[in-house]
Amino acid sequence: MAKAGIEIPDDYLHGIQAMASTESGDLSAFVLRAMLENWEAAKADRRPMCADTGVPRYYVKIGNEARVEGGPIELERRLRRATARATHDVPLRPNRVHPLSRRDNDNNVGINAPEIEYSFEPDADWIDVTTVHKGGLFGTDYRMLFPADGVDGIKRFYLDTLIAFGKRGLACQPAIVGIGLGGSKDTCMVLGKQAACLRVVGDRNPDPEIAALEDELKALGNSIGMGAMGFVGSSMVVDCHIEVGYTHTGGMPMSVHCFCLSSRRATARLHPDGRIEYRTDPEWFTPYLRRDTVEWQSPAASSKKSA
Amino acid sequence: MAEPSGKLKEVRLTTPVRHEDLRRLELGDVVYLDGLIYTGRESVYKRVLQDGVAPPVDLKALTNVNFHCSPAASRNADGTFNVGAVTATASFRFSKWLPKWLEVSGAKVIVGKGGMSEQDYRDTFVPAGAVYLTTVGYGTGALLGRGIRRVRDAHWIDDLGIAQAMWVFEVERFGPLLVESDLDGNSLFERNNRIVNQGLARLYEGLKPPSLARYGETDDRRDELIG
Repeated sequence: MAKAGIEIPDDYLHGIQAMASTESGDLSAFVLRAMLENWEAAKADRRPMCADTGVPRYYVKIGNEARVEGGPIELERRLRRATARATHDVPLRPNRVHPLSRRDNDNNVGINAPEIEYSFEPDADWIDVTTVHKGGLFGTDYRMLFPADGVDGIKRFYLDTLIAFGKRGLACQPAIVGIGLGGSKDTCMVLGKQAACLRVVGDRNPDPEIAALEDELKALGNSIGMGAMGFVGSSMVVDCHIEVGYTHTGGMPMSVHCFCLSSRRATARLHPDGRIEYRTDPEWFTPYLRRDTVEWQSPAASSKKSA
Repeated sequence: MAEPSGKLKEVRLTTPVRHEDLRRLELGDVVYLDGLIYTGRESVYKRVLQDGVAPPVDLKALTNVNFHCSPAASRNADGTFNVGAVTATASFRFSKWLPKWLEVSGAKVIVGKGGMSEQDYRDTFVPAGAVYLTTVGYGTGALLGRGIRRVRDAHWIDDLGIAQAMWVFEVERFGPLLVESDLDGNSLFERNNRIVNQGLARLYEGLKPPSLARYGETDDRRDELIG
């Protein structure tokens, strides 16, 4: 969690450096330069890049051959303890409160907090733990669109969301914009958030049609005329990622999520021999996760079959 | 706003900030603060203005800068505090509290995120002789954290918690902040929004509206929550 909170991922850093060099709006360019300086300061001082811890959460990917000592209960216990410890030690802001009583345990742990989402990976004996601190108030919206709305509907809702939250910089742009398309309402939200938080700048969806739409929407977002903090400029979208799920035949639900100027994510791979490898690309969306068929065959088995 | 060279004008202000210093501020100036500032957001406002509890310290004698913030901080075993980063929270949510707060606290500078509406500036800030400075980014948590020299107090932390307590910070070169409103009630954000709004119709050209409108939906940009 400390790594995620302090060190801006390289892919995002390079994306913002590129934008800072082309931004023509004076105020927007000033903001981008200040952010670059801020990330330097965070690393040099070992202090969080942003005081708003957002709503810290975990994405856990478990290899099919991995065995967790103490089972899933122990895993969740460790993640809750780690959250409380990092909140005190880094320190991170204790953001999480009860929605009605506003009770704050001062450790970012509580009922349903932090969230832990799971996925699985064939032919693997490791466990990947990714931590993400994404802001929790602005920059996200959901809408039920219909097949007749088509790509026009997608573009309109995308613009609606970016314009509404981009003004005054409430979305903390330039952002990695994640879009969830399809699924049920809840999976549509989950997919969009994962698309924003778990794919790196420059990555494209393997489906060429979706990849082309990602390019188109990125350009569209940067043509709004709005830059950092909503000032006149062109720096709105560092990248756009779309993830899809099969949906109701009559609908096309869509969600939009902005992963902010303090895009905080870090991944640790835990090996059975105790080794831990750190990286900033969660590698969350694997072919297995995007599988489209009833059966799944491991890459080794399928390549054997096609040979 | 910006000078022709594209460089922004830089200003240092010492707290309590004097009226004549505020008079010189122009929209888009980059400000750094020295002196004392305190945090106050919904829980502090509610306690003082709704529940009628006296502020824990004589604010008028202390400083006139109110920061809409909660720090990333923790308490050490010896009772001192470790402050890592500080960033602001969105201020428009506190609109209903501010008229009375400016009166009770004597605050002349509000530091926060995203500013208030131009209406709020004209109705509330201008009569009180107050301006709004916005944090940058958002947020430059590490840079602002560097500007905090010492935590002087964390009032009400035991019952309001770290995020909502009233923190009093001694600061040095605390920034960067941008002048969002001046003493005449002009808003840098709204000035920019007016320019951005001119180009919005072009973006939607040729895109057919969705088949099912949402409750409360409007295509009129003037009907948005904040302009």
